[in-house]
Amino acid sequence: MDQAASATMLHRGEVPAWAVNLGVGIVIAALIPVSISFDKYIDNYVLDVLIRIGVAIILAVSLNLINGITGQFSLGHAGFMALGAYTGGVLLKHYQHQIHGALLPPVFIGVTILGGLVAAIAGLIVGIPTLRLRGDYLAIATLGFGEIITVVLNQIESIGKFEVGGSAGLHNIPHVTNFFWTYAWVVICVVVIARLVYSAKGKPFFAVREDEIAAAAMGIDTTYYKVAAFVIGAFFAGVAGVLSATLSGNLDPGDFNFVKSIVIVVMVVLGGSGSITGSVLAAILLTYLPEQLRAFEDWRLVIYALLLIVMMLVRPEGLLGNRELWWKRKTAMV
Amino acid sequence: MHDFLQQLVNGLSVGAVYALIALGYTMVYGVLRLINFAHGDVYMVGAVIAYELAVKLAGLNSPVWVALPIIFLGAMVGCGALGFTIEYLCYRPLRHRPRLVSLITAIGVSLLLENLFQNRRIFGATPRNLPELLVIRPVLSIAVGASHSPVIVTNLDLISMGLCIAMMLGLSWFVLKTKMGLALRAVSFRVDTASLMGINTNRVISMTFVLGSALAAVAGVVDAMRYQVDPLMGLIPGIKAFVAAVLGGIGSIPGALLGGFLMGLVETLLKGYLPAQYNNYSNAAAFVVLILILLVRPSGLLGKTTVEKV
Repeated sequence: MDQAASATMLHRGEVPAWAVNLGVGIVIAALIPVSISFDKYIDNYVLDVLIRIGVAIILAVSLNLINGITGQFSLGHAGFMALGAYTGGVLLKHYQHQIHGALLPPVFIGVTILGGLVAAIAGLIVGIPTLRLRGDYLAIATLGFGEIITVVLNQIESIGKFEVGGSAGLHNIPHVTNFFWTYAWVVICVVVIARLVYSAKGKPFFAVREDEIAAAAMGIDTTYYKVAAFVIGAFFAGVAGVLSATLSGNLDPGDFNFVKSIVIVVMVVLGGSGSITGSVLAAILLTYLPEQLRAFEDWRLVIYALLLIVMMLVRPEGLLGNRELWWKRKTAMV
Repeated sequence: MHDFLQQLVNGLSVGAVYALIALGYTMVYGVLRLINFAHGDVYMVGAVIAYELAVKLAGLNSPVWVALPIIFLGAMVGCGALGFTIEYLCYRPLRHRPRLVSLITAIGVSLLLENLFQNRRIFGATPRNLPELLVIRPVLSIAVGASHSPVIVTNLDLISMGLCIAMMLGLSWFVLKTKMGLALRAVSFRVDTASLMGINTNRVISMTFVLGSALAAVAGVVDAMRYQVDPLMGLIPGIKAFVAAVLGGIGSIPGALLGGFLMGLVETLLKGYLPAQYNNYSNAAAFVVLILILLVRPSGLLGKTTVEKV
């Protein structure tokens, strides 16, 4: 895919939009038989790790849109994820006896989208006021937002007749997520964000990161693009939240504290801020490696922290830096 | 009235600790424009050192008036060394990189300290109580009006507030009256120019970290006596102290003091007057305060407003 062309004119070698959409449709359709055979033949533990990798990819790529591509350092991604997770978990748990069989797939699609939307609205609410802040202040404000969500979730036992669980957490959420649902969303998330930022309409995202003042001077509505990045990123974080809630079946407000946000930040930084494929790689690596490090469980987070520090000292641009693995780099990046 | 005064005393006592931690944030921010995320964990290390020393000293049956100074000094020296090391190894090589790189490194250092001390070979994740060197007891009770129960000030409250004020006076003297303090002010005004004037900026920055960490250590020891020692104890006070620094105007030393005391008061008053079931919301108050200040007056109460130049 060569994304260098303008939105209207196709250059030689560029794949037209309908072909991309068709390709995405085919890939998602192909996931169905894969998922069914995985369910049948693959060990539950391996499947579980695969699904968690998928969730991590969605989280990392969506945070990369905010942190890496638009350059707005956010430490509140787990907060958006929590909103999605609780929306999905609460609804699915409450209605689990009414929903089964053929009704389940469409309802689950609806619930994931709803979870994403709730998070996106939060992204809008948080985004508009706090995006006046820059750099480290923004980081702290988003961190504060994430912590507020955790504190509030800890306090709410129920909303009306819906059980939320409070500090005890929410348990026995039906396990709906499977390989198909997760990777269908992975494909959607990666394709949407990649096509957004590597299109002509996506250049302002990079411009805002490179130099906000210069971008504003060129007539770019920087606030619009920053809020857009927050809303889209939050949407996918919410989706990832629904997926992970229905994977484990349990929700605990403590799971979404700022350590979780940092783990996602580490993925983005390790993969290379601004590189979508880098985030995908890092998400795979950082979800798979801990599984192999089970024997060193005590030292796992110590290794994480050291990795982050050494990475920053030695190669602050991350594994891939600004580049992508497969795309030709022809965007307006500096 | 009695309740209110009691809350006031408690608030000032807690606020003194926030003020001590906030001083470290504000000084480092002043010279490096870096939010030292690891500062809260330096405070935790201070508490851990206090615990280790207290266990040793309790074994030796040393009297309080010998043990307490040793503990405070030991923690201050240990944390000062830690602060120096962190700056030297992690922040100095990144000084000419974008600020966000240092911020991410600071988060990494914070994560490293927390998890290192959670490891059971080093300290372990379970909170521990300090051995009873100092029995916390009321030393002052002031009768107020017609109320039957007097306002109580414990010896720990006095230590906490007294140390905070003493440190503050010492720091003011240092910053305003010594040559090194002048260098510090020059560096926080503009690093490059200060270095052109013949100031050894590296030394000034190292010293800032040492001082800030030693102040955090004092706060850590006080809180180790007040609460428990826990590898994650630095998280919340760290963030609250940061909010305090921002509230007072980050980069301003009197601002950190004011912010710290205000933060302590707001928190204790909320805890005291909110209905019990909403008590935990007082933890979120810090963040609400933070977001409000950042939106309304980002330079804080005593901070200078800066204009951004291209």
